[in-house]
This record gives sequence, structure tokens and C-alpha cells, in this order.
Amino acid sequence: MRHILTVTVENEPGVLSRVAGLFSGRGFNIESLNVGPTLDPGVSIMTITTEGDEQIIEQIVKQLRKLITVIKVVDLTDLKSVLREMVLLKVNANDANRAEILRTVDIFRCKVVDVSIDELTIEATGNHEKINAIVGLLTRFGVKEISRSGMVAMKRSIQN
Amino acid sequence: MELSGAQILLECLKREGVEVLFGFPGGAVIDIYNELPNSSLKHVLVRHEQGAIHAADGFARASGKVGCCLVTSGPGATNTVTGIATAYMDSIPVVILTGQVPTPLIGNDAFQEVDIVGITRPCTKHNYLVKDVRELAHVIRQAFYLARSGRPGPVLVDLPKDVMQTKTKFIWPEDVKMRSYNPNVKPHAGQIKKVAQLLRDAKRPIIYAGGGVITSQGHEALTWLAQNLHIPVTATLMGLGCFPGNDKLWLGMLGMHGTYAANMAINNADFVLAVGARFDDRVTGKVSTFAPKATLVHVDIDPTSIQKNVSVHVPLVADCRLALEALKDELTPSLTEYDFEGGHLPWVSKVLAWAKEHPLTYHPSETTIKPQSVVEKLYELTKGEAVICTEVGQNQMWAAQFYRFKEPNCFLSSGGLGTMGYGFPAAIGAQFARPDKMVIDIAGDGSIQMNIQEMATSVCNNLGVKIVILNNGYLGMVRQWQELFYKKNYCETCMDAQPDFVKLAEAYGATGFRITDPADLERVLKQALDTPGTVIVDVRVEREENVYPMVPAGASLTDMLLV
Repeated sequence: MRHILTVTVENEPGVLSRVAGLFSGRGFNIESLNVGPTLDPGVSIMTITTEGDEQIIEQIVKQLRKLITVIKVVDLTDLKSVLREMVLLKVNANDANRAEILRTVDIFRCKVVDVSIDELTIEATGNHEKINAIVGLLTRFGVKEISRSGMVAMKRSIQN
Repeated sequence: MELSGAQILLECLKREGVEVLFGFPGGAVIDIYNELPNSSLKHVLVRHEQGAIHAADGFARASGKVGCCLVTSGPGATNTVTGIATAYMDSIPVVILTGQVPTPLIGNDAFQEVDIVGITRPCTKHNYLVKDVRELAHVIRQAFYLARSGRPGPVLVDLPKDVMQTKTKFIWPEDVKMRSYNPNVKPHAGQIKKVAQLLRDAKRPIIYAGGGVITSQGHEALTWLAQNLHIPVTATLMGLGCFPGNDKLWLGMLGMHGTYAANMAINNADFVLAVGARFDDRVTGKVSTFAPKATLVHVDIDPTSIQKNVSVHVPLVADCRLALEALKDELTPSLTEYDFEGGHLPWVSKVLAWAKEHPLTYHPSETTIKPQSVVEKLYELTKGEAVICTEVGQNQMWAAQFYRFKEPNCFLSSGGLGTMGYGFPAAIGAQFARPDKMVIDIAGDGSIQMNIQEMATSVCNNLGVKIVILNNGYLGMVRQWQELFYKKNYCETCMDAQPDFVKLAEAYGATGFRITDPADLERVLKQALDTPGTVIVDVRVEREENVYPMVPAGASLTDMLLV
């Protein structure tokens, strides 16, 4: 099962390598990983999507907590949370299909962020499934480039 | 007053209580060595950096304090990696100080530059690269705190040459506070009550103790618990010495080369108190058949150890000594209400019957020396009071089986990593920690050659370390596997060309003995132990003797090959 972990870490050199090394060294799987600063310059937050059965996830969480530079680990899987990914897609566009592409962009509430004679660059945000869906739909027009972020996530204020 | 990085480092080491520093100089650490004569620290010059880290590890195991070593950058640092991994696997507190090229050169492939922090990330508890001399005192303070607290382990500090040269005001940090590191040492009161009740109810209980009992100094509470509740005790290789080896409740080691009684008892117990042990594959055998009838309680300070290999019924994250003492307090009033002795009598009798049925034994010989008899003789001659270090392989298992350890911190062996060449440098470290004790390295002819260069260190420091080589001319444990599981294909395990170990001892200025006749064994061993200074005893033993009992890898503990 897929789990989303929010890992609060000390913002210091090597911390990413410690976390990534833990996953590779112990044979755990990283599906996506996102790192960014917080309002405290000494602290960063990583959002890690990983997969495994309960026993493996328990080990991953405990092993992460054991790293000296890790301050806090939260498994968001069983909590109500907001999950977002972002993707940039450069899609082939000609006079025949441009309107169809733009309609799709509209339906998914994406944005066109760059235009040329034969390409459209599209920005989409949403949860994992929505991003998969839009990528799937636009593939048939010919995707020239794709850049996809890891997941960012946040626990919802109201849990009930 | 301003001090240089090198001066600050040495001052911090002194304040952290470092007595002996095992090291080897080089370009990147000359500044530290330049200050060394002005410090009260004792420095021991080893002959190879692997010797330095193992000696620091041996010092730590024998003393219970943090061991410390100092090496140069590049090859000096990489030479310590095996020793760091050894200490990591066995949770030994060591601080490793490595030199590094000056900060402006880092990343430029400078002479003797290596990313030792990157290399040792997976085999240290934590590591640091000090880029600013103003951080130095804090980092050293944290390094020692991390090494000794929680589940102990090696911590490496990489010290660039320019940082050692730069001057700054020295401020000693009185406290260490780390928001991301707060090991939980106190046992949960509710869990203690639960475990105590399980102990009261158990009909066929057993204690399975590991290195955590030694590290936490929990042996007294463990002994109290076992003796007052009449519970048989078995231990892992790392746990030897946590319970008196001559007590009737002592079953010996369990696992692959464990005793028949210990393995049978684990298999039939209805309650297992696992304390400071980690259910290693060499202990459990086929994990799905380990302790199948038992309620498992697992006490460990490291949450990652719990539910890692085996699913347990009651986890208890705590310092082993504190947990055992809490159980003692909880159960003391029960001693008058419950008849533990009577209640456990059928079980204890059964366990003792297993021990009698298949004790640790071997077929004696009048013509060749049996390696087991050498360990037995050493036990008799030293009255079980020596510090025993081992190499890895058959010598290690025979030492573990036939030397009955009375107290903790007296059996030093590379348990987790299984590092050949560990024993002798560890013995050197142990002798510095315990100058009052006889320190013996029980070695094989293969592994002793892996760090034989430390003979010079031992002789030079007038150490009385005794090396007893169980010389069978083979890499014995691998040969045993080849015999049993690979149709006697003794590929590359025969040590054809060997040095003359007696002459080798003499070449280093030590004393050498050779024993070939069983009739001479006791007399010459005694003579060797009575000889001052470093001694090598080359004991020519039965060449194809095997270690038994043996549970083949991956088999259930009850599937033992017996003598």
C-alpha cells in the first residue's frame, strides 16, 4: 500500500543523502520525494511517498526517526490530508488539435504557461490520480517533455 | 585566550574523559600531533589504522567507556571503515577522528582526499564534517554524547586541516541539547506491569539475553530475576557474561552453535523474555519456527529492533537495565505470594535434563590436541577471570562455548559483522582499559594474520597480551561448511604457507611457544600465561575438528547436528 510520510529534518548538508541512503541501503522503495524549506531556515520538510506492507512501513518510520538529523515523522496515510503534485508538460500542438488540447486543459483546470507555433506548455496541479489522468489524456497528442514534482502534503485542520 | 582547532580538540577529548587515543599520524593531522605532547592524553601508535579502530573498540567493550581513535585523511580514514562497521553492528561507543584536506580543497580530488563522511554514513550512528572551528567544541561534545547514549555506536568526526590550524575563543558547551535526538530510556509502567504478570503466569519461561544487557550494565538485575524467579537463561554471543557461566540456570549460548539445552528450551518455552537482543538470523535459525509456543516480550532501547525480524507480543522500548530493575521492583512482593521455584521445577528439571543429555562436548584424543580442550585449559588456568578476545570463525565459537564467563565486559568478539583480525587489536585496547586483567586473544591461524602487524604495538607498549592460536592450517569454519554442505570441496581454505609463529613472535621481540603434544598442553600454556609481556602460543590442533552443535543456516533450531 502507498504511504505518504512527512519528515521534518534539520536543514544541513548531507541530510538528503542520509534519508535516501537509508531507503536504498535497507531495500525500501521511494516512489517520490520532495524537499523544501520551511519558515524556520534551520528546518526542511520532506514529503516521501513509499510503498510496503505494514511491517515495512513501521520499519521505515522507525528507521527515519532513528536518524539523528530527523526531527519528526508523520504518516499521513490514515489522516485526512491535502495531497498535491505538479506537472509541466510540453505537448505537440497544431491547428487541428490545439482546440482539443485547450478543452482538456480547461476541463482539468490546468494552465497554459508557454506557447509556440507547434507546442503548448501546460501546468497542472492536483492529486496523484488527477495528474495521472491528465498525463494519460495528453499523451496521445505527443508529449515532448515532462517534468513532474514529488508529492507535497498537509494534514487537514478538521479530522472528523 | 584563543586556541587553535587542534588545541580545542585535545582539550575537548580530555574533558570528555578520554584516557587513551589510538592513532596513526599523517599529513592532514600533523597539526593535532604537533599539539599532542602538550596534552595529558596517552597516545598509542598502532601499525595500521584498522588496528586503531579495533583497539578503541576493545577499550570501549572492556571498560564500558567511549573508545577513541585518530587517523589521517584518505587511506587513513578508509582503513578504519571495517572497524567502524564492526563497532556499528555491535553497538559499541567509539569516536573516530579523521583528518581531512583543507576546506578550500574539499571536492577537488586533492591528495589523500576521500569523502569519509559519505563513505561511513551507513555504518556510523552519526557523522560530522567540521567546516568552522567555532563549531568544533559543540561537535565533539555531541559526538561523545551520541556515541555513549541511547543505543551506543560509532560516531565519526572529519577534521579539515585548516580548521585545526584556525584560532578561536574556546567555549566549553556545558550541556548537550539536540531537538532531534531524545532516546527513550525509561520503561513504560503499564508495560512493566503487563510483563510482570506474564512472568508470574509463565510455566516454562526462559530469558534470552543479548549485548544490550552488557551495555546497559543490566547483568545484576537480570541475575536477580533469573535466580529469584527460577528462570533458565540463555544468551547471544554478544550477551555472554551477563549471567554467571557456572550457575545451574545457565544454559549457554543459543542459536547456530548454541547448546542443545538452550535451543530446545527456546523451542518449548511458553514465555521468552528477550532483552537487549535483536533476533539475528544466527540466533533464530528459521525465523518462522523460532519459539513457536511462547509469548514473546522484547525489551530493547532501539525501537527499530522491535518487530524487525520477529513479531513480538509485548514490546518494551527502554534501557535494559532500567527495565530489568523495574521488573525486579514490581516482582519483589510476589516472591512471598508465588512459589516460583516449585512452579518452575518441572520445567527447570526438563531443561537440565536436556543439558545433561547433550552437553557441550567433544571426543578427547591422546595423540592430537583438541581445540576445545585448549579453551577449557585456559578457563581453568585463568579461573575464568581473564578478558577473552576472539577472532572470527571456529576459534570464536569454541571460545564462546567452552570459556564460562563470570562477568560482563570480559568477552570481546565481533558478533554482528564477524570481522577476522578483530581480536588481537581489540585485546590491545582491552589491556589498556584493564591493566589489572589477563587479556587473551583466542585466535585462528587465518585471522591472526589479518592484523599481525600490531605485535609491534603490543611489544612497544610492554603489554601482556597472550595470543593463543588454535592452529589447524585451515580457514576452519569455511572448511567446516565445505565439508558439511559442499561435498568436502576445500577450495582455497587450506593455509599452505604459514609463518613460523614462534619465530614471528621473537622477530617482534615477544616470546613464542609451540604445543603439539596433548601431554604438554597444560604445562606449556601455564608457562606462556606466566611469561611477562606479549606472548604467542602456536597450538597445533586437530586439523578437521568441527564446531558442534550446529544448526545449518536457515534450518529450525531443533534441527541440530550434534557431536
